[in-house]
Amino acid sequence: MFELSVLVDGWRMFLEGLLLTIFLTIVGCSIGMLIGASCAWASVNGSRWLKAVIQVYVEVFRNTPFIVQLFFIFFGLASINFRLGAIASSILALAINLGAYACEICRAGILATPKGQYEAAASLSLNRFQTFIYVVIPPALARVWPALVSQLIIMLLATSVCSQVSAEELFYASNLISSQTFRSFEAFGFVTILYLLLAMAFRRFLFWFGPAFIFGKVKF
Amino acid sequence: MTTFSNWDVIRNLFFSLPWTLALSLIAFIGGGLIGFLLLLARLIGNKYVEMLIRGYVQVFQGTPVLMQLFLVYFGIALFGIQVSPLLAATVCYSLYASAFFAETWHGCVKSIPQGQWEASSSLSFNFSQQLRYIIFPVALRISLPPTIGLMVQIIKNTSLASVIGFVELTRTGQMITNITYEPFFVYGMVSLFYFSICFPISLIGKSLENKYRFIQ
Repeated sequence: MFELSVLVDGWRMFLEGLLLTIFLTIVGCSIGMLIGASCAWASVNGSRWLKAVIQVYVEVFRNTPFIVQLFFIFFGLASINFRLGAIASSILALAINLGAYACEICRAGILATPKGQYEAAASLSLNRFQTFIYVVIPPALARVWPALVSQLIIMLLATSVCSQVSAEELFYASNLISSQTFRSFEAFGFVTILYLLLAMAFRRFLFWFGPAFIFGKVKF
Repeated sequence: MTTFSNWDVIRNLFFSLPWTLALSLIAFIGGGLIGFLLLLARLIGNKYVEMLIRGYVQVFQGTPVLMQLFLVYFGIALFGIQVSPLLAATVCYSLYASAFFAETWHGCVKSIPQGQWEASSSLSFNFSQQLRYIIFPVALRISLPPTIGLMVQIIKNTSLASVIGFVELTRTGQMITNITYEPFFVYGMVSLFYFSICFPISLIGKSLENKYRFIQ
């Protein structure tokens, strides 16, 4: 019943798909985290108008499906002469989508900063920007790291949707092989296991990466 | 060659809205039932049951919904059953939702202080009485905001059923775009439809969250 040789024959396609999935995840997540942290800063410290704009951005992107956002960017923007390739629009969609979620999560972390931290930073004559970068953000990220990790893993899984705008990532590869060989269950089953392993590895990586490079091994 | 006015686009999208809502409701009810059974099994069962259910949750939370849809679609076909997109979507979203519900609700039950269990067992409540009179009334209240959050997540994820050919809001948007060549307007409208369903639900969830934060 199961014909696993199709998987061996298609190894190259799977590998290329896997690499693109990892690439999309890393680039999309990095830009998305930057957007999220900046928006979180602005929504705590910004003017009233800026706060309102960010609120709208966050609510719009949190309350619409990722696939529609992606279609809007890939097809919709192209129709008003703003053409982006499959990979560029995938990265843009991932980053903007993650930015909205990360903003909310980071904001919760920032708001939980004790007042004494700001006072201590001010007494060291750090300016607002320095205070945010060196004093506020590291413990804020440490506080919300588990929630952020879950969100980043959701982004990893969301890259599968990018196959719908012909980004040739892992899901695209499995779809192609299944339609070439008619061994759908094998191809999809294999890639499902691959995604599962990828998600588990990514979780481990992030729980190592966060303490090691972003906020140190301190429990807040 | 028929021409589509903007009004036609909106009208057609509106007619596809019940399918999105129906699929969400099916997933919510099916997932809720299975999730509740899983929760009970996890509370009653031994550590092997616990491990099994944790594996189940891990699988559904660690793989893309798109993948799950395709696996169910082709997996059922493997048994020689003709699969309609509706059947595949129903099965897939129910299982998917059940994993999230089981995990969330389990967390809610676990967040109830151990003293509540001990106090009720010292009043000689048996297990089902403990659940019914002591644990679930409190857990239900704690679980409301995250459950509503999951509901929004399910509604948004039903959009992926368009990929296996289930004609709902997103699929209708795609089909209209193929006729009108106006993806900017059509997908903008599709987003607006989703937003006008999900945003009120999110607001309810948020207000409940604020309300219960002060009670606890």
